[in-house]
Amino acid sequence: MSSLKTEAPQRTALYSVHERLGARFFDFAGWEMPIEYSGILDEHRAVREAAGLFDVSHMGIIRVAGPQAEELVQRAVTNDVSALPPGRALYSPVCRPDGGTLDDVIIYRMTPSRFLLVVNASNRRKDFNWFGRMSDGFPETRVDLVSGRAILALQGPRAEDVLEAASGASLGGLPFFSVIEGFQVVGVPCIVARAGYTGEDGFEIICEDRAVIKLWETILNAGRTFGIAPCGLGARDTLRLEAALPLYGHELSEEINPYEAGLGRFVKLEKGDFIGREALQAVKERGGPDRVRVGLMAEGRVIPRQGYEVFLGDDGVGVVTSGGFSPFLNKGIALALVSRSVSSLGQRLNLNVRGRAVECEVVKLPFYRSPHKGA
Amino acid sequence: MHPENYHFTKEHEWINLEGDKGTVGITDYAQKQLGDIVFVELPSEGDTVQKGKPFGVVESVKSVSDLYAPLTGRVARVNTRLTDEPELVNQDPYGEGWLIVVEVTDPAEAEGLMSLAEYESLTGKS
Repeated sequence: MSSLKTEAPQRTALYSVHERLGARFFDFAGWEMPIEYSGILDEHRAVREAAGLFDVSHMGIIRVAGPQAEELVQRAVTNDVSALPPGRALYSPVCRPDGGTLDDVIIYRMTPSRFLLVVNASNRRKDFNWFGRMSDGFPETRVDLVSGRAILALQGPRAEDVLEAASGASLGGLPFFSVIEGFQVVGVPCIVARAGYTGEDGFEIICEDRAVIKLWETILNAGRTFGIAPCGLGARDTLRLEAALPLYGHELSEEINPYEAGLGRFVKLEKGDFIGREALQAVKERGGPDRVRVGLMAEGRVIPRQGYEVFLGDDGVGVVTSGGFSPFLNKGIALALVSRSVSSLGQRLNLNVRGRAVECEVVKLPFYRSPHKGA
Repeated sequence: MHPENYHFTKEHEWINLEGDKGTVGITDYAQKQLGDIVFVELPSEGDTVQKGKPFGVVESVKSVSDLYAPLTGRVARVNTRLTDEPELVNQDPYGEGWLIVVEVTDPAEAEGLMSLAEYESLTGKS
């Protein structure tokens, strides 16, 4: 017998609930996650028009706490947390010294000396090691990979109504990218952040694993009159693609820097030293990156897929990083990384669709902007 | 309608032969695996399709798949409703969601295809 062990996929605390709801599962970054329940298009529509509830417990949570927590986070990320007050959140790339992107994270400042970072499932171990190594320089500051926690995303124009109905409490005052602790939903204490990954208003809700089934069922029941649907990662992907939100491993990787990914506004070169600053400064000083992220809309009845090559005439000029069907546009759409010389709006390009050249056009991003969301 | 008399391929197409005319579609198992189908690309009437060779493409939200001809022949009809209603393939894969009708060159070739029972044992359906 071989001693080789095949790694069993991890399951979230809601696995049995998903099974009961008839979810179809797939492997995502070593996790057995729901891809869909009633169908991706149905779930997509529910989030755009009413509300959707996602289990996103595969994402990692890293806690940085101690007197030098701010300095540590400030050094690790490209965005500026120095002016971030407790109760607020921001998005940031995390870069390597060469400017390549290690991960992209949401940073919650819970107190002046305690931060929670929500990181990609595929990167949780890598990030923890990275931040852990950094903490050597900050002896009184602790870095922990938080375990035993579940994360739900409640998204859509009716998300606030649903969460208020579920909790009996008001949330109207909570601005986008704000976070509160100790919010109670049927006796379950939660961290609630107004944030999301769908292009709609909504919340990300963190609670203990052992309470999450109760939380999930309470929210679904309360949401029924508002048209809520349980949603899988399939709809999460079509929603985020329409909103042109980057996905690590697609728009971002260790070989892609934030300027190339169109995330320059989250790089604060002037904030002081941080990992990757010199390399990113050099990119800026030479006039920007040679390749950039663009949005593409395909002609005809074709869906671009990740890895399809982009051509101008016979010249390869880039690659599709994420592609899919847009229910909003009823078209195939893509995010692609292409030479800057072919990145202006209206530029006509070709996609190599399984050996056939299909026309596409560089279009304005995002593909979809919510009419409901002020932010 | 239940496709007891249809013939099946291991690529999840079915063909319903009536004389030398065969209606072709994809199976219920296939449409479930694909999920929401949003575009179907089919040949034109008069085109030739060849047993075991791709004759079209089905794009679902999740993935793209080739369609393989169960038998060789000439395309007699195309389900043009699928242009605007590709979801028919999900809703009624053995009926309204049919793809093409083929004038089959050699109906005897159907002997080499699977029966429903054989197909279902392949896909693990009881």
